[in-house]
Amino acid sequence: MLTAFAILTDGLVYAAYLFLVAVGLSLIFGVMKILNVTHGSFYAFGAYGSAVAVGIYFERGLPAAGGFLLMILVAMAIGLILGLVLERGLLRLVYGKDEIVVVLVTYAAFLILEDVIRLIWGAGSYALYQPLGAAGTIDVGALVLSGYDIGLVALAGLIALGASFAIKHTRWGRLLTVVIFDREVAAAFGINVSAVYTFTFIVGAMLGALGGAVMAPKIAVTLGIGVEVIVLAFAVVAIGGMGSVGGALIGALLVGECRAAAVHLMPQVELFVIYAVMALVLAFRPQGLFTHAQPRKI
Amino acid sequence: MTTMLRPLVIGTLAFLLVAGLAPAFPVWIVSLATLAFANALVVLGLIILWRAGLVPFGQALFYAIGAYAVALITRYTGVRDVFVLIAAGAVLSCLAAFLAGLLLARYREIFFSMLSLAMSMILYGVLVKTETLGSTDGFGVEPPTYFGYAPQGAMQLLVLFWLVLAFGAAAALLVFLYFRSVAGSLAVPVRDSEIRLEFLGVSVNRLIHLNLMIAGILAGIGGALAALSIEHVDPNMAYWTTSGGFVFVTILAGAGSVAAAFVGSFLFELLKSIAYDILPGAWQFFLGAVLLITILFLPEGIGSVFARLRRQKPQSTGATP
Repeated sequence: MLTAFAILTDGLVYAAYLFLVAVGLSLIFGVMKILNVTHGSFYAFGAYGSAVAVGIYFERGLPAAGGFLLMILVAMAIGLILGLVLERGLLRLVYGKDEIVVVLVTYAAFLILEDVIRLIWGAGSYALYQPLGAAGTIDVGALVLSGYDIGLVALAGLIALGASFAIKHTRWGRLLTVVIFDREVAAAFGINVSAVYTFTFIVGAMLGALGGAVMAPKIAVTLGIGVEVIVLAFAVVAIGGMGSVGGALIGALLVGECRAAAVHLMPQVELFVIYAVMALVLAFRPQGLFTHAQPRKI
Repeated sequence: MTTMLRPLVIGTLAFLLVAGLAPAFPVWIVSLATLAFANALVVLGLIILWRAGLVPFGQALFYAIGAYAVALITRYTGVRDVFVLIAAGAVLSCLAAFLAGLLLARYREIFFSMLSLAMSMILYGVLVKTETLGSTDGFGVEPPTYFGYAPQGAMQLLVLFWLVLAFGAAAALLVFLYFRSVAGSLAVPVRDSEIRLEFLGVSVNRLIHLNLMIAGILAGIGGALAALSIEHVDPNMAYWTTSGGFVFVTILAGAGSVAAAFVGSFLFELLKSIAYDILPGAWQFFLGAVLLITILFLPEGIGSVFARLRRQKPQSTGATP
């Protein structure tokens, strides 16, 4: 019983993390049809930025609530700058090329950004420990839950709700839906598709950076953290169906719970349970759980 | 037939030249070329798939299987003969490619890439977590023998280089002939329109399955040779960045010609070691920049430069297309 509850809570926390890193990737893919490898860089930049800025903030002894707010602000600033530079400066040049070629362009940008991180922050490792302490712990029976983890789950839930509300009920969201459905018809009706692309890419970058920023207290921020995140986020997005927020949520929950179950029951399969789930889902539903199959065009 | 004869003659001459000059080159270039040409076999396989519009992000799966087959045999048995080792790598990776292909051959585009990635990451996870397979550190590979002949000292590297070169030349020849066979020339129509091909009575899935197996065998042999060349295997051989490197070289080389795989692979290793030497903190930056420049300015790869030069001679008076 205790193990089951531990699996459930651990799985939820891991799912929250996965959702935060996957939702931006899914958004960018859904709208722009770009499998964005630089998402790992957004995550890494967010983690570094948050580790440094929030670390300084807490050292000054300022109130903790502001520190959490600062994390979000840092992530938004990083997403804005990186997203704008990459979309306007690089991706613009390769729109209309093969999907695979665009993936490789983002891969090249990812390699470059990996070393930009090294140039900015050096090869050392950063640890941001204060927020975990500031958030405290909560005892539930025999289990001790971290307040920060609960906050993480709440944040993921808020973003899921916010994203689905924004897509269904705001002007920008509806424009997105139109562009996703048919880019050319949308352009013919006078929608500024190019602006929609830029906006989407920046929001996706912000979400990626936010994932890194809120995870910074839980990990050692060091070189190479973006590499693993990319494949994880890909797996989650592929399971849920590329380009669907609900899909990313279900994918994250599925993978999170499966991994937590593996950690508690069969630790030796922990590393590949995610990819096994992904291979299994793709074997039966290649388009993922939550998207419709595309009709074949001749 | 002259169109077929010319590349064959040039290829044979290049092969003999490289093989003959190898002892004169410094050791580091020879050992770099050994690894580069071993990896070029994997790239040859990627070119076969790329012609049909498929880009696997998990080709390291077969590469690692080939490498681990060699390493495990030298570790747990007394077998040291290089041909037995490589044959084991090829057979195992062929089997793996057959099984993976049952699933993979049904997918296209990004889904194909992702599923292939997932499969290689499963192998990576198994390798990292299994103590008997060396876990994260991997383990060393004993030097092989060649039909009982065990080269010593400097000869060890040279003999291995000639072996890799011979395998490379044989693979290049076979792939060259395959591209001119019926099955091989159907790859480009697959990319254009699968439905058209199906109506002409060709099973596209079976064709892709065949291509996957050829690419898998090539990757397995490449991995086996690489393991012998590095004298060490570790789980990173199955990681997605390894697959990414192969795709990188494929783009660098371009799908235009078989020889480009070898030139591209050698250039890639050379670039990597030069960049690592000059800019130890920024070699990825350098590689990324090269990849970007290649995609933006040479979308057909360095192979296209030769093709363009060749085409320009007779057309120099007319308008360029």
